[in-house]
Amino acid sequence: MSIISVRDLVVEYGGRRVLDGLNLEVEAGETMVLLGGSGAGKSSLLRNLLGLERPQSGSVEIKGIDITRCARTELNRIRRSIGVSFQSAALFNSLSVEENVALALREHTSLAPSIIELDVWLKLASVGLANCGKLYPQELSGGMRKRASVARALALDPEILVFDEPSAGLDPIVAAELDELILLLKRVFQMTIVVVTHELASAFRIADRIAMLYEGSFLAIGTKAEITASQNPHIRQFLDRVPDMVEPTQVLGSFFEKYLRSPEVTR
Amino acid sequence: MANFTENVGRATLNRLDYVGNLSLGLWAAVRALRTTLPLSGNRYRWRASIVQMLQIGVDATPMVGLMAMCSGFILAMQGASELRRFSAMSLVIPLVAIGFTREIGPLLTAIAVSGRSGSAISAEIGTMMVTEEIDTLKVMAFDPMEFVVAPKLLAALITIPCLTVVCNLCGIFAGWIFMFFSTHLGLKLYLREALDSLVLRDVVSGLIKSIAFATIIVLVGCLEGFSVRGGPEAVGRSTTAGVVKSTFLVIVADMFFTAIFYFTGKH
Repeated sequence: MSIISVRDLVVEYGGRRVLDGLNLEVEAGETMVLLGGSGAGKSSLLRNLLGLERPQSGSVEIKGIDITRCARTELNRIRRSIGVSFQSAALFNSLSVEENVALALREHTSLAPSIIELDVWLKLASVGLANCGKLYPQELSGGMRKRASVARALALDPEILVFDEPSAGLDPIVAAELDELILLLKRVFQMTIVVVTHELASAFRIADRIAMLYEGSFLAIGTKAEITASQNPHIRQFLDRVPDMVEPTQVLGSFFEKYLRSPEVTR
Repeated sequence: MANFTENVGRATLNRLDYVGNLSLGLWAAVRALRTTLPLSGNRYRWRASIVQMLQIGVDATPMVGLMAMCSGFILAMQGASELRRFSAMSLVIPLVAIGFTREIGPLLTAIAVSGRSGSAISAEIGTMMVTEEIDTLKVMAFDPMEFVVAPKLLAALITIPCLTVVCNLCGIFAGWIFMFFSTHLGLKLYLREALDSLVLRDVVSGLIKSIAFATIIVLVGCLEGFSVRGGPEAVGRSTTAGVVKSTFLVIVADMFFTAIFYFTGKH
Protein backbone atom coordinates (compact mmCIF):
# COMPACT_ATOMS: atom_id res chain seq x y z
CA MET A 1 0.00 0.00 0.00
CA SER A 2 1.31 3.46 -0.88
CA ILE A 3 2.11 5.65 2.08
CA ILE A 4 3.05 8.57 -0.20
CA SER A 5 1.26 9.27 -3.50
CA VAL A 6 2.25 12.13 -5.76
CA ARG A 7 -0.17 12.73 -8.62
CA ASP A 8 0.29 15.11 -11.59
CA LEU A 9 2.35 17.49 -9.45
CA VAL A 10 3.10 20.78 -11.20
CA VAL A 11 5.25 23.44 -9.55
CA GLU A 12 6.14 26.78 -11.13
CA TYR A 13 8.26 29.69 -9.87
CA GLY A 14 7.51 32.97 -11.63
CA GLY A 15 6.06 31.21 -14.67
CA ARG A 16 9.03 28.82 -14.93
CA ARG A 17 7.90 25.20 -14.64
CA VAL A 18 10.14 23.34 -12.18
CA LEU A 19 8.13 20.15 -11.72
CA ASP A 20 6.12 19.00 -14.70
CA GLY A 21 3.28 16.65 -13.77
CA LEU A 22 5.14 14.22 -11.51
CA ASN A 23 3.62 10.90 -10.44
CA LEU A 24 5.20 8.80 -7.71
CA GLU A 25 4.08 6.06 -5.33
CA VAL A 26 6.17 5.21 -2.27
CA GLU A 27 5.25 1.94 -0.59
CA ALA A 28 5.19 1.61 3.20
CA GLY A 29 8.49 0.29 4.51
CA GLU A 30 10.57 0.92 1.39
CA THR A 31 13.53 3.24 0.88
CA MET A 32 12.90 5.51 -2.07
CA VAL A 33 15.81 7.59 -3.33
CA LEU A 34 15.05 10.69 -5.39
CA LEU A 35 18.13 11.02 -7.55
CA GLY A 36 18.99 13.84 -9.89
CA GLY A 37 21.49 16.52 -10.78
CA SER A 38 21.54 20.16 -9.73
CA GLY A 39 18.40 22.01 -10.84
CA ALA A 40 16.51 18.79 -11.58
CA GLY A 41 13.77 19.75 -9.11
CA LYS A 42 14.69 17.50 -6.17
CA SER A 43 14.45 20.24 -3.54
CA SER A 44 11.14 21.53 -4.93
CA LEU A 45 9.71 18.00 -4.84
CA LEU A 46 10.94 17.58 -1.27
CA ARG A 47 9.38 20.87 -0.15
CA ASN A 48 6.07 19.78 -1.68
CA LEU A 49 6.29 16.35 -0.04
CA LEU A 50 6.70 18.12 3.32
CA GLY A 51 3.89 20.61 2.70
CA LEU A 52 6.30 23.57 2.81
CA GLU A 53 4.96 24.82 -0.53
CA ARG A 54 1.66 24.62 -2.36
CA PRO A 55 1.90 23.35 -5.93
CA GLN A 56 0.18 24.95 -8.93
CA SER A 57 -1.74 21.73 -9.49
CA GLY A 58 -1.70 18.07 -8.59
CA SER A 59 -1.77 16.40 -5.22
CA VAL A 60 0.55 14.93 -2.58
CA GLU A 61 -1.18 12.32 -0.44
CA ILE A 62 0.48 11.11 2.73
CA LYS A 63 -1.30 8.26 4.51
CA GLY A 64 -4.31 8.98 2.31
CA ILE A 65 -4.58 12.68 3.12
CA ASP A 66 -3.92 15.29 0.46
CA ILE A 67 -1.56 17.69 2.20
CA THR A 68 -1.86 20.28 -0.57
CA ARG A 69 -5.49 20.91 0.32
CA CYS A 70 -5.96 19.86 3.95
CA ALA A 71 -6.38 22.23 6.91
CA ARG A 72 -3.34 23.33 8.90
CA THR A 73 -4.29 21.21 11.93
CA GLU A 74 -4.55 18.14 9.70
CA LEU A 75 -1.22 19.01 8.06
CA ASN A 76 0.44 19.33 11.46
CA ARG A 77 -1.01 15.95 12.50
CA ILE A 78 0.51 14.38 9.37
CA ARG A 79 3.81 16.17 9.97
CA ARG A 80 4.11 14.56 13.40
CA SER A 81 4.40 11.21 11.63
CA ILE A 82 7.26 12.48 9.44
CA GLY A 83 10.83 12.98 10.63
CA VAL A 84 13.09 15.20 8.52
CA SER A 85 16.84 15.57 8.48
CA PHE A 86 17.74 18.64 6.41
CA GLN A 87 20.89 19.14 4.36
CA SER A 88 22.30 21.70 6.81
CA ALA A 89 21.18 19.60 9.82
CA ALA A 90 19.24 22.73 10.95
CA LEU A 91 19.78 22.13 14.65
CA PHE A 92 18.64 24.98 16.88
CA ASN A 93 21.90 26.58 17.98
CA SER A 94 20.46 28.02 21.20
CA LEU A 95 19.54 24.52 22.41
CA SER A 96 21.84 21.67 23.41
CA VAL A 97 21.72 18.44 21.40
CA GLU A 98 19.44 16.73 23.93
CA GLU A 99 17.16 19.79 24.08
CA ASN A 100 16.94 19.69 20.27
CA VAL A 101 15.82 16.06 20.43
CA ALA A 102 13.50 16.65 23.40
CA LEU A 103 11.77 19.67 21.83
CA ALA A 104 9.06 17.79 19.93
CA LEU A 105 8.51 15.34 22.81
CA ARG A 106 8.04 18.19 25.31
CA GLU A 107 5.69 20.15 23.11
CA HIS A 108 3.68 17.44 21.34
CA THR A 109 3.36 14.78 24.04
CA SER A 110 2.36 14.69 27.69
CA LEU A 111 5.21 12.37 28.69
CA ALA A 112 6.81 12.83 32.11
CA PRO A 113 10.22 14.58 32.05
CA SER A 114 12.00 11.39 33.22
CA ILE A 115 10.48 9.42 30.31
CA ILE A 116 11.44 12.18 27.86
CA GLU A 117 14.99 12.10 29.22
CA LEU A 118 15.16 8.33 28.73
CA ASP A 119 13.65 8.55 25.23
CA VAL A 120 16.12 11.28 24.23
CA TRP A 121 19.02 9.15 25.46
CA LEU A 122 17.73 6.16 23.46
CA LYS A 123 17.40 8.24 20.29
CA LEU A 124 20.89 9.72 20.74
CA ALA A 125 22.31 6.26 21.45
CA SER A 126 20.68 4.87 18.30
CA VAL A 127 22.71 7.36 16.22
CA GLY A 128 25.89 6.92 18.28
CA LEU A 129 25.73 10.21 20.18
CA ALA A 130 24.79 8.93 23.65
CA ASN A 131 27.54 10.95 25.31
CA CYS A 132 27.02 14.17 23.35
CA GLY A 133 23.63 15.28 24.69
CA LYS A 134 24.99 18.18 26.71
CA LEU A 135 27.00 19.60 23.80
CA TYR A 136 25.74 22.49 21.65
CA PRO A 137 25.46 22.15 17.83
CA GLN A 138 28.43 24.46 17.24
CA GLU A 139 30.60 22.05 19.25
CA LEU A 140 29.84 19.12 16.90
CA SER A 141 31.55 18.03 13.68
CA GLY A 142 29.58 17.94 10.39
CA GLY A 143 28.89 14.21 10.65
CA MET A 144 27.83 14.48 14.29
CA ARG A 145 25.46 17.34 13.46
CA LYS A 146 23.84 15.20 10.75
CA ARG A 147 23.44 12.31 13.19
CA ALA A 148 22.02 14.64 15.83
CA SER A 149 19.47 15.88 13.32
CA VAL A 150 18.55 12.24 12.59
CA ALA A 151 18.05 11.67 16.34
CA ARG A 152 15.77 14.71 16.45
CA ALA A 153 13.87 13.44 13.39
CA LEU A 154 13.34 10.12 15.22
CA ALA A 155 12.00 11.82 18.36
CA LEU A 156 8.30 11.16 17.75
CA ASP A 157 8.89 7.67 16.27
CA PRO A 158 7.81 8.73 12.78
CA GLU A 159 6.42 6.39 10.16
CA ILE A 160 8.28 8.25 7.41
CA LEU A 161 11.86 9.49 7.63
CA VAL A 162 13.05 12.03 5.05
CA PHE A 163 16.69 12.87 4.35
CA ASP A 164 17.73 15.87 2.29
CA GLU A 165 21.21 15.32 0.81
CA PRO A 166 22.49 13.29 3.78
CA SER A 167 26.05 12.97 2.41
CA ALA A 168 26.48 16.61 1.37
CA GLY A 169 29.60 18.20 2.82
CA LEU A 170 30.80 14.98 4.47
CA ASP A 171 33.98 13.04 3.74
CA PRO A 172 33.47 9.59 2.13
CA ILE A 173 34.01 7.70 5.38
CA VAL A 174 31.49 9.74 7.38
CA ALA A 175 29.07 9.66 4.41
CA ALA A 176 29.35 5.85 4.31
CA GLU A 177 28.75 5.72 8.08
CA LEU A 178 25.59 7.76 7.58
CA ASP A 179 24.43 5.36 4.82
CA GLU A 180 24.91 2.45 7.21
CA LEU A 181 22.96 4.35 9.87
CA ILE A 182 20.04 4.83 7.44
CA LEU A 183 20.07 1.09 6.64
CA LEU A 184 20.21 0.27 10.36
CA LEU A 185 17.32 2.61 11.19
CA LYS A 186 15.20 1.04 8.48
CA ARG A 187 15.95 -2.47 9.79
CA VAL A 188 15.29 -1.56 13.42
CA PHE A 189 12.34 0.83 13.16
CA GLN A 190 10.74 -0.60 9.94
CA MET A 191 10.00 2.88 8.65
CA THR A 192 9.50 4.30 5.17
CA ILE A 193 12.55 6.30 4.12
CA VAL A 194 12.74 8.95 1.41
CA VAL A 195 16.20 10.24 0.51
CA VAL A 196 16.93 13.16 -1.79
CA THR A 197 20.47 13.00 -3.10
CA HIS A 198 22.77 13.37 -6.08
CA GLU A 199 25.41 11.00 -4.63
CA LEU A 200 25.40 7.84 -6.74
CA ALA A 201 27.31 5.62 -4.31
CA SER A 202 25.03 6.58 -1.44
CA ALA A 203 21.87 6.16 -3.54
CA PHE A 204 22.84 2.67 -4.74
CA ARG A 205 23.83 1.59 -1.23
CA ILE A 206 20.60 2.51 0.56
CA ALA A 207 17.82 2.45 -2.06
CA ASP A 208 15.12 -0.16 -2.55
CA ARG A 209 13.89 1.89 -5.50
CA ILE A 210 15.26 4.96 -7.25
CA ALA A 211 13.30 7.74 -8.94
CA MET A 212 15.53 9.53 -11.44
CA LEU A 213 14.57 13.20 -11.83
CA TYR A 214 15.63 15.28 -14.82
CA GLU A 215 14.43 18.82 -15.61
CA GLY A 216 11.27 18.46 -13.54
CA SER A 217 10.20 15.01 -14.81
CA PHE A 218 10.91 11.45 -13.78
CA LEU A 219 13.02 9.68 -16.41
CA ALA A 220 12.64 6.35 -14.65
CA ILE A 221 11.39 4.87 -11.40
CA GLY A 222 12.65 1.41 -10.57
CA THR A 223 14.94 -0.87 -8.65
CA LYS A 224 18.71 -0.36 -8.62
CA ALA A 225 19.11 -3.04 -11.30
CA GLU A 226 16.46 -1.41 -13.53
CA ILE A 227 18.09 2.02 -13.23
CA THR A 228 21.56 0.58 -13.89
CA ALA A 229 20.28 -1.25 -16.99
CA SER A 230 18.51 1.83 -18.36
CA GLN A 231 19.62 3.04 -21.78
CA ASN A 232 18.05 6.49 -21.43
CA PRO A 233 20.81 8.91 -22.53
CA HIS A 234 20.29 11.30 -19.59
CA ILE A 235 20.39 8.44 -17.06
CA ARG A 236 23.48 7.02 -18.75
CA GLN A 237 25.13 10.45 -18.72
CA PHE A 238 24.40 10.80 -14.97
CA LEU A 239 25.51 7.27 -14.07
CA ASP A 240 28.64 7.41 -16.28
CA ARG A 241 29.50 10.97 -15.07
CA VAL A 242 29.78 12.45 -18.58
CA PRO A 243 30.20 16.26 -18.54
CA ASP A 244 27.59 18.34 -20.36
CA MET A 245 29.70 21.17 -21.78
CA VAL A 246 32.89 19.75 -23.28
CA GLU A 247 33.47 22.48 -25.90
CA PRO A 248 33.61 25.54 -23.62
CA THR A 249 36.04 23.68 -21.34
CA GLN A 250 38.28 22.92 -24.33
CA VAL A 251 38.15 26.54 -25.51
CA LEU A 252 39.08 27.75 -22.04
CA GLY A 253 41.89 25.16 -21.84
CA SER A 254 43.43 26.28 -25.12
CA PHE A 255 43.17 29.93 -24.03
CA PHE A 256 45.18 29.21 -20.88
CA GLU A 257 47.72 27.15 -22.83
CA LYS A 258 48.22 30.06 -25.26
CA TYR A 259 48.57 32.48 -22.37
CA LEU A 260 51.17 30.31 -20.62
CA ARG A 261 53.22 30.13 -23.85
CA SER A 262 53.01 33.89 -24.48
CA PRO A 263 56.19 36.00 -24.20
CA GLU A 264 54.78 37.96 -21.22
CA VAL A 265 54.70 34.80 -19.11
CA THR A 266 57.79 33.02 -20.49
CA ARG A 267 60.00 36.14 -20.16
CA MET B 1 6.21 59.18 -19.47
CA ALA B 2 4.66 55.72 -19.65
CA ASN B 3 7.77 54.28 -17.99
CA PHE B 4 7.57 56.84 -15.20
CA THR B 5 3.89 56.07 -14.60
CA GLU B 6 4.62 52.34 -14.65
CA ASN B 7 7.43 52.74 -12.13
CA VAL B 8 5.30 54.85 -9.81
CA GLY B 9 2.46 52.35 -10.09
CA ARG B 10 4.76 49.40 -9.44
CA ALA B 11 6.40 51.12 -6.45
CA THR B 12 2.98 51.99 -5.02
CA LEU B 13 1.78 48.40 -5.42
CA ASN B 14 4.96 47.13 -3.75
CA ARG B 15 4.43 49.46 -0.77
CA LEU B 16 0.78 48.41 -0.51
CA ASP B 17 1.84 44.79 -0.70
CA TYR B 18 4.31 45.41 2.14
CA VAL B 19 1.67 47.08 4.30
CA GLY B 20 -0.71 44.20 3.51
CA ASN B 21 1.91 41.67 4.61
CA LEU B 22 2.50 43.68 7.79
CA SER B 23 -1.23 43.63 8.54
CA LEU B 24 -1.44 39.87 7.95
CA GLY B 25 1.65 39.41 10.14
CA LEU B 26 0.04 41.54 12.87
CA TRP B 27 -3.13 39.45 12.80
CA ALA B 28 -1.18 36.18 12.96
CA ALA B 29 1.11 37.49 15.72
CA VAL B 30 -1.79 38.75 17.84
CA ARG B 31 -3.50 35.36 17.45
CA ALA B 32 -0.29 33.62 18.48
CA LEU B 33 0.23 35.97 21.42
CA ARG B 34 -2.12 34.04 23.71
CA THR B 35 0.29 31.07 23.68
CA THR B 36 2.93 33.21 25.39
CA LEU B 37 0.76 34.24 28.34
CA PRO B 38 2.07 33.03 31.71
CA LEU B 39 -0.85 30.99 33.07
CA SER B 40 -3.07 30.08 30.13
CA GLY B 41 -0.34 29.75 27.48
CA ASN B 42 2.58 27.43 26.83
CA ARG B 43 5.20 27.68 29.58
CA TYR B 44 8.10 27.31 27.09
CA ARG B 45 6.85 30.34 25.13
CA TRP B 46 6.53 32.33 28.37
CA ARG B 47 10.13 31.41 29.24
CA ALA B 48 11.22 32.46 25.75
CA SER B 49 9.36 35.76 26.28
CA ILE B 50 11.28 36.40 29.51
CA VAL B 51 14.59 35.82 27.71
CA GLN B 52 13.44 38.28 25.03
CA MET B 53 12.41 40.81 27.70
CA LEU B 54 15.94 40.68 29.07
CA GLN B 55 17.44 41.16 25.61
CA ILE B 56 15.05 43.83 24.32
CA GLY B 57 14.39 45.66 27.58
CA VAL B 58 16.90 45.15 30.38
CA ASP B 59 20.02 45.07 28.20
CA ALA B 60 18.92 48.25 26.40
CA THR B 61 18.28 50.26 29.60
CA PRO B 62 21.77 51.78 30.01
CA MET B 63 21.91 52.89 26.37
CA VAL B 64 18.38 54.34 26.38
CA GLY B 65 19.06 56.07 29.71
CA LEU B 66 22.28 57.64 28.46
CA MET B 67 20.67 58.78 25.20
CA ALA B 68 17.78 60.29 27.17
CA MET B 69 20.15 62.13 29.51
CA CYS B 70 22.02 63.65 26.55
CA SER B 71 18.78 64.57 24.75
CA GLY B 72 17.24 66.04 27.91
CA PHE B 73 20.32 68.19 28.44
CA ILE B 74 20.30 69.30 24.79
CA LEU B 75 16.58 70.12 24.87
CA ALA B 76 16.95 72.13 28.07
CA MET B 77 19.94 74.08 26.68
CA GLN B 78 18.26 74.80 23.34
CA GLY B 79 15.04 75.84 25.08
CA ALA B 80 16.88 78.03 27.58
CA SER B 81 18.90 79.80 24.89
CA GLU B 82 15.65 81.22 23.43
CA LEU B 83 13.44 81.45 26.54
CA ARG B 84 16.14 83.33 28.45
CA ARG B 85 15.65 86.28 26.07
CA PHE B 86 12.03 86.55 27.26
CA SER B 87 12.95 85.97 30.92
CA ALA B 88 10.97 82.75 30.74
CA MET B 89 13.58 80.27 31.99
CA SER B 90 10.93 78.59 34.15
CA LEU B 91 9.25 77.38 30.94
CA VAL B 92 12.23 75.12 30.28
CA ILE B 93 10.77 72.72 32.88
CA PRO B 94 7.42 72.10 31.11
CA LEU B 95 9.23 72.08 27.78
CA VAL B 96 11.42 69.18 28.88
CA ALA B 97 8.71 67.38 30.86
CA ILE B 98 5.97 67.59 28.22
CA GLY B 99 8.42 67.21 25.32
CA PHE B 100 9.77 63.97 26.75
CA THR B 101 6.53 62.34 27.93
CA ARG B 102 4.56 63.12 24.80
CA GLU B 103 7.17 62.91 22.08
CA ILE B 104 10.89 62.49 22.64
CA GLY B 105 10.69 59.62 25.14
CA PRO B 106 8.65 57.22 22.98
CA LEU B 107 10.43 58.21 19.76
CA LEU B 108 13.96 58.04 21.17
CA THR B 109 13.27 54.69 22.81
CA ALA B 110 11.75 53.32 19.60
CA ILE B 111 14.72 54.45 17.50
CA ALA B 112 17.20 52.98 20.00
CA VAL B 113 15.33 49.66 20.19
CA SER B 114 14.85 49.57 16.41
CA GLY B 115 18.60 49.90 15.85
CA ARG B 116 19.48 47.49 18.61
CA SER B 117 16.77 44.82 18.75
CA GLY B 118 14.97 45.33 15.41
CA SER B 119 18.17 44.53 13.56
CA ALA B 120 18.85 41.57 15.86
CA ILE B 121 15.36 40.18 15.19
CA SER B 122 15.84 40.45 11.39
CA ALA B 123 19.29 38.86 11.58
CA GLU B 124 18.12 36.03 13.85
CA ILE B 125 15.11 35.08 11.74
CA GLY B 126 17.04 35.63 8.48
CA THR B 127 19.74 33.25 9.67
CA MET B 128 17.08 30.73 10.70
CA MET B 129 15.66 30.96 7.16
CA VAL B 130 19.08 30.40 5.56
CA THR B 131 19.94 27.47 7.84
CA GLU B 132 16.51 25.85 7.27
CA GLU B 133 15.58 26.18 10.97
CA ILE B 134 12.24 27.82 10.09
CA ASP B 135 11.45 24.93 7.70
CA THR B 136 12.45 22.54 10.47
CA LEU B 137 10.00 24.20 12.85
CA LYS B 138 7.23 23.83 10.26
CA VAL B 139 7.93 20.15 9.57
CA MET B 140 8.06 19.55 13.34
CA ALA B 141 4.46 20.87 13.39
CA PHE B 142 5.37 24.13 15.14
CA ASP B 143 3.97 27.46 14.01
CA PRO B 144 6.92 29.87 13.50
CA MET B 145 4.64 32.79 14.41
CA GLU B 146 3.94 31.15 17.75
CA PHE B 147 7.46 29.84 18.29
CA VAL B 148 9.56 32.77 17.08
CA VAL B 149 7.45 35.92 16.68
CA ALA B 150 4.97 35.85 19.60
CA PRO B 151 7.59 35.78 22.42
CA LYS B 152 9.39 38.73 20.81
CA LEU B 153 6.16 40.68 20.38
CA LEU B 154 5.03 40.09 23.97
CA ALA B 155 8.49 41.06 25.25
CA ALA B 156 8.49 44.26 23.18
CA LEU B 157 4.93 45.17 24.22
CA ILE B 158 5.93 44.92 27.88
CA THR B 159 9.47 46.29 27.84
CA ILE B 160 9.29 49.16 25.34
CA PRO B 161 6.66 51.12 27.36
CA CYS B 162 8.81 50.46 30.47
CA LEU B 163 11.90 51.68 28.61
CA THR B 164 9.92 54.74 27.52
CA VAL B 165 9.16 55.56 31.18
CA VAL B 166 12.88 55.16 31.99
CA CYS B 167 13.72 57.38 29.04
CA ASN B 168 11.24 60.05 30.23
CA LEU B 169 12.63 60.01 33.77
CA CYS B 170 16.24 60.24 32.59
CA GLY B 171 15.44 63.07 30.16
CA ILE B 172 13.55 65.05 32.79
CA PHE B 173 16.38 64.45 35.29
CA ALA B 174 18.92 65.75 32.75
CA GLY B 175 16.76 68.87 32.43
CA TRP B 176 17.14 69.40 36.20
CA ILE B 177 20.96 69.05 35.97
CA PHE B 178 20.98 71.88 33.44
CA MET B 179 18.60 73.99 35.53
CA PHE B 180 20.69 73.34 38.67
CA PHE B 181 23.89 74.58 37.03
CA SER B 182 22.26 77.55 35.32
CA THR B 183 19.75 78.73 38.00
CA HIS B 184 20.64 76.67 41.15
CA LEU B 185 17.09 75.24 41.13
CA GLY B 186 16.53 72.50 43.72
CA LEU B 187 15.42 69.01 42.64
CA LYS B 188 12.21 69.03 44.72
CA LEU B 189 11.01 72.31 43.24
CA TYR B 190 12.00 71.19 39.72
CA LEU B 191 10.07 67.93 40.07
CA ARG B 192 7.02 69.72 41.48
CA GLU B 193 7.07 72.11 38.52
CA ALA B 194 7.53 69.24 36.09
CA LEU B 195 4.65 67.23 37.59
CA ASP B 196 2.40 70.29 37.67
CA SER B 197 3.00 70.85 33.96
CA LEU B 198 2.01 67.26 33.06
CA VAL B 199 -1.46 65.82 32.77
CA LEU B 200 -2.36 62.13 32.65
CA ARG B 201 -3.15 62.44 28.96
CA ASP B 202 0.50 63.32 28.20
CA VAL B 203 1.75 60.15 29.86
CA VAL B 204 -0.96 57.93 28.35
CA SER B 205 -0.47 59.29 24.83
CA GLY B 206 3.27 58.59 25.10
CA LEU B 207 2.66 55.05 26.31
CA ILE B 208 0.10 54.38 23.55
CA LYS B 209 2.68 55.51 21.03
CA SER B 210 5.32 53.26 22.58
CA ILE B 211 3.01 50.23 22.27
CA ALA B 212 2.42 51.02 18.59
CA PHE B 213 6.15 51.49 18.03
CA ALA B 214 6.92 48.17 19.74
CA THR B 215 4.50 46.40 17.40
CA ILE B 216 6.04 48.08 14.33
CA ILE B 217 9.64 47.26 15.33
CA VAL B 218 8.94 43.58 15.98
CA LEU B 219 6.69 43.04 12.95
CA VAL B 220 9.01 44.78 10.48
CA GLY B 221 12.03 42.95 11.93
CA CYS B 222 10.25 39.61 11.64
CA LEU B 223 8.87 40.31 8.15
CA GLU B 224 12.32 41.27 6.86
CA GLY B 225 13.79 38.16 8.47
CA PHE B 226 11.16 35.86 6.96
CA SER B 227 11.70 37.40 3.52
CA VAL B 228 15.37 36.31 3.42
CA ARG B 229 16.12 34.10 0.43
CA GLY B 230 19.55 32.86 -0.55
CA GLY B 231 22.73 33.11 1.46
CA PRO B 232 24.33 35.14 4.27
CA GLU B 233 24.50 38.36 2.21
CA ALA B 234 20.68 38.37 2.14
CA VAL B 235 20.71 38.34 5.96
CA GLY B 236 22.83 41.52 5.95
CA ARG B 237 20.46 43.18 3.49
CA SER B 238 17.39 42.22 5.54
CA THR B 239 18.99 43.56 8.72
CA THR B 240 19.65 46.94 7.13
CA ALA B 241 16.20 47.02 5.55
CA GLY B 242 14.62 46.08 8.88
CA VAL B 243 16.20 49.04 10.70
CA VAL B 244 15.52 51.56 7.92
CA LYS B 245 11.89 50.50 7.39
CA SER B 246 11.02 50.23 11.07
CA THR B 247 12.56 53.65 11.84
CA PHE B 248 10.67 55.20 8.94
CA LEU B 249 7.38 53.55 9.93
CA VAL B 250 7.87 54.56 13.57
CA ILE B 251 8.19 58.21 12.51
CA VAL B 252 5.14 57.95 10.22
CA ALA B 253 3.15 56.31 13.02
CA ASP B 254 4.34 59.02 15.42
CA MET B 255 3.02 61.71 13.11
CA PHE B 256 -0.26 59.83 12.76
CA PHE B 257 -0.73 59.41 16.53
CA THR B 258 0.35 62.97 17.28
CA ALA B 259 -2.24 64.22 14.80
CA ILE B 260 -4.94 62.08 16.45
CA PHE B 261 -4.04 63.31 19.94
CA TYR B 262 -3.78 66.90 18.71
CA PHE B 263 -7.19 66.94 17.04
CA THR B 264 -8.97 64.95 19.73
CA GLY B 265 -7.45 67.03 22.53
CA LYS B 266 -8.33 70.39 21.01
CA HIS B 267 -11.74 70.64 22.60
